[in-house]
Amino acid sequence: MLIFAARRLIQAIPILLGVSLVVFGLVHIVPGNPIDLLMPPEASPEVIAQMKAAFGFDKPLYIQYLLWLGRALRGDFGLSVFNATPVWGQLVAALANTFVLAILAAMLGFTLGIVCGLVAAIHHGRWPDKLFSAIATTGVSLPHYWCAIVLVLACAVLHDWLPAQGMGDDSLPLYDRLEYLVLPVVTLSLIPMGVIARLVRATVLEIIGQDFVGALTAKGLTRWPVIRHICKNAAPPVLALMGLQFGYLLGGSILVETVFNWPGSGNLLNLAIFRRDIPVLQATILVLASFFVVLNLLVDIAQAAIDPRIRR
Amino acid sequence: MSQTTADFVRRELQVAADAPQAAPTPGYWKAVARRLARDPVTIAVTLVLLGIIFISLGAPLVTGGTDPYAGSVLARLKPIGTPGHWLGTDETGRDLWTRLCYGGRLSLLAGILPVSISLMVGGFLGILAGYAGGIVGTLIMRTMDVFYAFPSILLAIAICGLLGNGLSNSVIALSVVFIPPMVRIAETVTTQARQLDFVEAARASGTTTMQIIRHHVLANVLGPIMVYATSLISVSIILSAGLSFLGLGVTPPQAEWGLMLNSLRQAIYVQPYVAALPGAMIFITSMCFNLMSDGFRSAMDVRLNK
Amino acid sequence: MTADARDRGGPAQPLLLVHGLRKHFPVRGGLLNRRIATVQAVDDVSFSVRKGETLGIVGESGCGKSTTARLLMRLIEPDAGDVVFDGDPVADRHGITVNAMRRQMQMVFQDSYSSLNPRMTMAESIAYAPRMHGLGARQAIERAESLLAQVGLNPRQYARRYPHELSGGQRQRVNVARALALEPRMVILDEAVSALDKSIEAQVLNLLRELKERFNLTYLFISHDLNVVEYVSDRVLVMYLGRVVETGPVEAIYARPRHPYTRALFASKPTLDPDRRTMEMPLTGDPPNPINPPSGCRFRTRCAFAQAICAEVVPPLAAPLDEAADAPTEHLVACHLPEGQAAMALHHA
Repeated sequence: MLIFAARRLIQAIPILLGVSLVVFGLVHIVPGNPIDLLMPPEASPEVIAQMKAAFGFDKPLYIQYLLWLGRALRGDFGLSVFNATPVWGQLVAALANTFVLAILAAMLGFTLGIVCGLVAAIHHGRWPDKLFSAIATTGVSLPHYWCAIVLVLACAVLHDWLPAQGMGDDSLPLYDRLEYLVLPVVTLSLIPMGVIARLVRATVLEIIGQDFVGALTAKGLTRWPVIRHICKNAAPPVLALMGLQFGYLLGGSILVETVFNWPGSGNLLNLAIFRRDIPVLQATILVLASFFVVLNLLVDIAQAAIDPRIRR
Repeated sequence: MSQTTADFVRRELQVAADAPQAAPTPGYWKAVARRLARDPVTIAVTLVLLGIIFISLGAPLVTGGTDPYAGSVLARLKPIGTPGHWLGTDETGRDLWTRLCYGGRLSLLAGILPVSISLMVGGFLGILAGYAGGIVGTLIMRTMDVFYAFPSILLAIAICGLLGNGLSNSVIALSVVFIPPMVRIAETVTTQARQLDFVEAARASGTTTMQIIRHHVLANVLGPIMVYATSLISVSIILSAGLSFLGLGVTPPQAEWGLMLNSLRQAIYVQPYVAALPGAMIFITSMCFNLMSDGFRSAMDVRLNK
Repeated sequence: MTADARDRGGPAQPLLLVHGLRKHFPVRGGLLNRRIATVQAVDDVSFSVRKGETLGIVGESGCGKSTTARLLMRLIEPDAGDVVFDGDPVADRHGITVNAMRRQMQMVFQDSYSSLNPRMTMAESIAYAPRMHGLGARQAIERAESLLAQVGLNPRQYARRYPHELSGGQRQRVNVARALALEPRMVILDEAVSALDKSIEAQVLNLLRELKERFNLTYLFISHDLNVVEYVSDRVLVMYLGRVVETGPVEAIYARPRHPYTRALFASKPTLDPDRRTMEMPLTGDPPNPINPPSGCRFRTRCAFAQAICAEVVPPLAAPLDEAADAPTEHLVACHLPEGQAAMALHHA
């Protein structure tokens, strides 16, 4: 088990390196000098040369990469081109906000998804199955940014139940601030709910169809232990998917954050794209992707811990 | 063959010829088609999709020649049911129904094209990796792992954000995003098929790799791949509309559902129902593709239908 | 028997000559997925198959019989060893290619269902190889239908059926027909009848015998069933843990098995005659691991006669010690010790 974990850890390192290469390389694949992207067009050649030296763009590419990587590992991503504040500070603050959303959306979405999937599977073929399957498919097909707009429409515009945007500021009491969370969390939880529900339904159906469940029932086990047994066997792939979905929630919240103006990492990314703020862009993508890799790693190890067949 | 053998064979064939002809059993694909035909949900959904495609392609016909780019400031943000604009108008006065129809072209294109590209590229790479195995396979899969490490929307945004606006850039970005999962599923299915006995028997008969893949592996592999690809179309439509929503995809004044959703966002306080329409189209189209994909999977699953 | 036009070298030349065949499989594990152990599946296996005979290979599961078959068909690449088909070394610059060999040597697998493509009709499955090798589509189907008739299946009824519509015995007949589609000279039957009911098995065995005569075939018959091997074979090869321990004419082996393992194998067949009970001692000890087989003679850990030399030197496959040195014998045994090789007269039940 430990060997499996260590092996996966070692395998993750080249992937992380590859990710950093891609993030670094993307900026340089773009046609045009990165400096031109940062500088106003009327800047004089001397200023441009100065900036090049300052940013290190005059050195060979692989040296630039190594320097950048070295600084990145220490948390130094430089200064934001837009507002000259350290990137790292901005990023951490934004990530924390996104994290709040992601955790809550994950809890809500996963719980609803498991319930939906289980109910659908247990009542396979009858109307609860059709209903909950439809709900799950809807969750997966909904463009969540549209759903955000509709929810804003329903809850903030047509009726004044909930605030439409933002996070609220510190002057408000906690209860009021929680109101700002409701719409974004509900919106974000829809896709994970749908995906998890569909997988749970498929997995549980497959397990029920296997002979050993019949054998357990024949041995005289009553319903509850059989259900527990089913859950134990259905757990590994569902857990893996949950990990993946959490990663998507963290990394892919940009659209929802844009609609709700939630100051998270997605919003930061959005602004960075429009301001052509390369350091912020690079830092955000690198951190989010690395987090995703580490998350996958933890999920693999957790899966192997539960299901001995996986550890080869 | 000796004379006795020839006689024997002739006798056997004679006996065979006298026997009543057995009814030919339908092939696997015909059986799949029959199951699909008996599935009302899939049929309904396919019809809806065909309707949407027809409306999009035949937009000039359906909208009676209205110009999707012609707007009038006076006619801004009219509600649903306005005479002459039965679905209302958008923030520059253009007829929404017309914009939705024309918008379908770009939205559907942005949904189907990346999946097709990634199907061909990713499918080829995946089948190659699965059948060849060894160094080639490992190399391909490890490279895919690096790209797999990015959440899809993040990668799409990164590529789009750096390449710039435009439909072609977002198609490129989405194709790149979809290639790794395509490769992965193609490789998994091919590896499974490769170990089947009849594939080994085909190898033992001295036929070439390409022949074996074409006749034995492909038919058993294409099913799951096509199901996955169809479900990816719904994701692609949502993602491409999302990119346009962020301003990274289609540029104004072109009609595209995601772009329309974005530009109508501010109108939500004025004409909420009109503003929500483009998103509804995205939702319906995506839902239809998902349900169709589910229908295909059920029809092709031998276990459920034994 | 009529002479085959492809015959080279005449009846005295063995159709198949195998020398020193070896295949080890690595077991990977550990931190960097390195090789931590080796499964010595087939080790220094040598034998020959004469034209027109049936050579039976018998042994327990895991003794390397199926691996040997796959090595012969080159479905797996051997680590060492030579295979010579009718005088031409296979996969050698001076001999014939693997593909050319495969047109003359075919194989029937054990699992009749998974050996057939579920999406192809019986005729299509049989016609596949001839078509790929250049035969026209219509002629290939005609040949397939003719072969179906030859194996006793009515082509009008079975040509357009799918594997899941046939019984196990019928599918195996189709597999035999498919093996014959390329008009091979030799057919390897890897546990081809093991999965069938006894009555069906008998029918298929008779069919195989008819086909052998009709088409002038040579068979390599692999099985763990001693009775079946006795019924079909001319000569027998006994394998244990990847090595050949005894070989000879079927009457000699079955009447006077010499190797302690062979004797134990036959002794495990209970006799039906209460007056002539089996006296031979049963096998002792646990079957050893093919990953770390015993040094020297691999059977020594279960052999009642084992001595020090058995652990040091691999016993060569040679004539039994108590036979006259100059008497030609085909009965070879791999054992160092005279008492190990002592012939036991088997009472046939």
